[in-house]
Amino acid sequence: MDILLPVIAALPFLGALLPGLMIRAGRATCASYTALSSGLAFLLLLICAPTVMQGEVLHFRLDWLPALGLNVTFMLDGLGLLFAGLIIGIGLLIILYARYYLSHDDPMGQFYTYLLLFQGAMVGIVLSDNILLLLVFWELTSLSSFLLIGYWTHLPEGRQGARMALTVTGLGGLAMIAGMLILGNIAGSYDISVILTQGEAIRDSEMYVPALLLILLGAFTKSAQFPFHFWLPHAMAAPTPVSAYLHSATMVKAGLFLMARLWPVLSGTPEWFYIVATTGLVTMIIGAVIALFKDDLKALLAFSTVSHLGLITMLLGFGTKMAAVAAVFHIINHATFKAALFMTAGIIDHEAHSRDIKRLGGLRRLMPVTFVIATVASLSMAGIPLLNGFLSKEMMLEEAVHTVWMGSYYMMPALATLGALFSVAYSFRYIVHVFLGPVRDDYPGHPHDPGFGMWAAPALLVVAVVAIGVAPFLAEPLVRTTAHAVIGGELPEFHLKIWHGVTPALFLSGTAVIGGAVLLAAHAPLMRGWLAAPRPEAKVMFDATARGATRLSGWLSDSMHNGSLTRFAAIFTITVVAAGLWAWGGAGIGAPERTMLPIRALPAVGWLVLIVSTGCLIAFHRNRLLALVLLAGVGLSVSMAFVYLSAPDLALTQISVEVVTIILLLLALNFLPKTTPIESSTMRRLRDAALAIVGGVAVSALTYAILIRDFAFDSISAFHLANSYKGGGGHNVVNVILVDFRGFDTYGEITVLGIAALVIFALTDTVLRGPGGRWLVRWGAGTDEAGDRHPLMMVVATRVMMPIALLVGVYIFLRGHNEPGGGFIAGLVVAIALLMQYMASGFAWAEARQRTPYHALIAAGVLIASLTGVGAWLAGRPFLTSDYGYITLPPLEKFEWATAMGFDLGVFLTVVGAVMLALNSLSSMARRRGETINIYPMDINPERPDSPPPPPTGPGGEKET
Amino acid sequence: MIQFALLFALGCFGLAILINLYKIITAPGIGDRILALDTLAINAIALITLYGIWMETAMYFEASMIFAMTGFISTVSYTRFILRGDIIE
Repeated sequence: MDILLPVIAALPFLGALLPGLMIRAGRATCASYTALSSGLAFLLLLICAPTVMQGEVLHFRLDWLPALGLNVTFMLDGLGLLFAGLIIGIGLLIILYARYYLSHDDPMGQFYTYLLLFQGAMVGIVLSDNILLLLVFWELTSLSSFLLIGYWTHLPEGRQGARMALTVTGLGGLAMIAGMLILGNIAGSYDISVILTQGEAIRDSEMYVPALLLILLGAFTKSAQFPFHFWLPHAMAAPTPVSAYLHSATMVKAGLFLMARLWPVLSGTPEWFYIVATTGLVTMIIGAVIALFKDDLKALLAFSTVSHLGLITMLLGFGTKMAAVAAVFHIINHATFKAALFMTAGIIDHEAHSRDIKRLGGLRRLMPVTFVIATVASLSMAGIPLLNGFLSKEMMLEEAVHTVWMGSYYMMPALATLGALFSVAYSFRYIVHVFLGPVRDDYPGHPHDPGFGMWAAPALLVVAVVAIGVAPFLAEPLVRTTAHAVIGGELPEFHLKIWHGVTPALFLSGTAVIGGAVLLAAHAPLMRGWLAAPRPEAKVMFDATARGATRLSGWLSDSMHNGSLTRFAAIFTITVVAAGLWAWGGAGIGAPERTMLPIRALPAVGWLVLIVSTGCLIAFHRNRLLALVLLAGVGLSVSMAFVYLSAPDLALTQISVEVVTIILLLLALNFLPKTTPIESSTMRRLRDAALAIVGGVAVSALTYAILIRDFAFDSISAFHLANSYKGGGGHNVVNVILVDFRGFDTYGEITVLGIAALVIFALTDTVLRGPGGRWLVRWGAGTDEAGDRHPLMMVVATRVMMPIALLVGVYIFLRGHNEPGGGFIAGLVVAIALLMQYMASGFAWAEARQRTPYHALIAAGVLIASLTGVGAWLAGRPFLTSDYGYITLPPLEKFEWATAMGFDLGVFLTVVGAVMLALNSLSSMARRRGETINIYPMDINPERPDSPPPPPTGPGGEKET
Repeated sequence: MIQFALLFALGCFGLAILINLYKIITAPGIGDRILALDTLAINAIALITLYGIWMETAMYFEASMIFAMTGFISTVSYTRFILRGDIIE
């Protein structure tokens, strides 16, 4: 049966895939399939229920990241059962209700998808047996509730409310992550079942108070406790089914669940009592008072929810076992009557087209069914006998009577009664001001009872309200099981019953009912006073805070990343150098362990070329073409250095990359100014020069310091050398590292390379279509053109070079696994061979002979590499594990082949495609410029009989486009 | 004997490279600089080959081969840029 737990948690997520698809089959089908997955989850929960009710706890465990203490562990005890039942059960009713509530314009598939995602996240929270897993689900509820609250994206209130809810609950969630980590650290495990056994140690720990505060911050924000209550009323901009679901049984109860879950561990200390009970008490009273003065039905219910959440928080805060029992009982009762009330508010809104109490009244005769449902639920909320709200409110008052608060015996009962009194008042107001009174003739709509589908769900809930109210023993087994799980020990002696005799609680309850009725009678003058009194407006304060925070972070990031590369580089350099100096000053690095090698003449020449070229590059950098020439000198000396330092692979790569880079830069330079203007002041340039020198000196010093010392740890090179042939089947360690040891890196790199080439293509294409393209057309062809366009000598030479270069490419590719070479270098060589033809005979001529598009080459390359990697799975190995063997083809000697060859082929194709596509895109700008194109390969061909003599103004053999 | 020949040749090409460098920096026009760079590349090819003979390995042959095969493309690009502006027309 344990295996059912992950299935229950996963079902809503899997089900979330269905509504989006099923909406094509109609709204009823869509709703049915949504209900199907929820219903299945509910069924599975029912199968588990009898075992849990007998006091057993179901566990499921799957190691996920055991090193981090993060495991997929689920647990189903009484508390989890109650909450999962509420979440899925009321979820089913909401699915039914929403089917009739949503209008035809609302995207229903989207709604149900969000709803199921949210349901899955909630079920995940209550079933998790690992606090890290719980945190993951906790964040998921914040995100999915954001989608649900902002479902009506066309309403600004909806978007703002969603943002506010996400901000407040998200910030609380952040605090909670820290608190949970501390908690897990104290307990030595992140598993809740282990933490629950460590109560003593946790309460005695000196980190108890920080952990408690951080966790409570998460719980209070989620459960809308004062002063974080303000997001809840603004979340009412959501469609009513969302409000009914989020604010009766699920989202806001998550915080309560967490407090109940950790109750055995965290409660029982003065800190817990004063923080939790006081917050709950304040929230209860403030919520109830505000609720009385709200004219919007949903706002009234929203603040009443805040008030009731405060009540339950207060009960949990008392820290006594009986109070915990009362809290559990009130969670059940509140879920039933509040969901029903939200649904009736939605019905009134739906049928009367208004939720404003001032515009309603007298609906009793027009909407009799709704009236009955709403009245029963309201009376239960007010705490009238024979309804379930009465029972738990009695228990609350009873507990309040026994509670000493700040040394006072009267304070707590008096304030609790005050809260209850206002609660009665707004509950009565929901009945009296909406349904009673004369029928009006100025309703915005035509109020009438909705169809059965819409009132079925609230009616069912109201039946439960009455059933528990009349026969409380029905709920007793569930309350006992749940309370047992919350308390984690022996239950106190109790029975749920209607009549306890004449107790102080009964007296207080009566006071509250009478006082509430009196308050309602005096509502009109009180309301005038309320409206006249100054009140802090939470939304204004929130918006101001959010604006301030945005401005602050904007200032912070803008002052560092203002788009100026100079400033960014300066900040980066200073930070890195400062951090390096700090590290240097810490421990030092000890004495040098290696002696300097002698400096020989020839390397010194290479060094001189490098240094002088670099120095001149800086000195002449404003002449851009000259800078490029000097750049080639730098590249050349680096290539020679690689040869000298015995890195032939790097040398080969460097040489071919140099050529491609020069061509790319020259193509770009054609459209850029040929000189770099002086743009900054002398002081500024001096400052930048100083920074550059500091950075350069720091890097050189660091390199020098490392080079004259031995490695602190064993280098990984020995492993590579030892395993290159054994594991990767190649003698060229560099290549084996690329395609095997770190094949996954290479795989990522070729993907990025392909994406980069496609982005260049897309950007050029977009630029050419826009103002940039028009500018190019106006710019006209270059003025100082001279010489042959497609010289005969060059055409012939490149034609001869082509097969040789291609053969070299193949050769380099094939030998790559054992000798210097490989797919990357081969790709560059082949790309250069193709580029030669483009340069010699012109773009159009070469393009016409190019049959495979370069996009396809990139795609093929990445696909081949992926398939090679996936092939390893078929052999039961991890992704990209290579294999090798030997084959003999008759005319050849026995030779080795390796699967890495396939991967290398992918690299090769991607490189060819990416280089060619990038150059292609850049040179396409020239064509846009209105340049002519040629159909013949060269300007003058003596063998062509119709070859016209070249005109004096330009080369022949061309036609205008 | 071959050692002396190699040393002599390496010395010559090293000196040539220094002269190339001098020309790249001081030549009057951009064309002369490109020519000096191209010569520098050719001298580099020779150096790599000589170094391979000196070290008695064929490992560096491919480097000089690719240098020879592709190095001239850069020179062609530079000159095309000066003459025509657009190097791929």
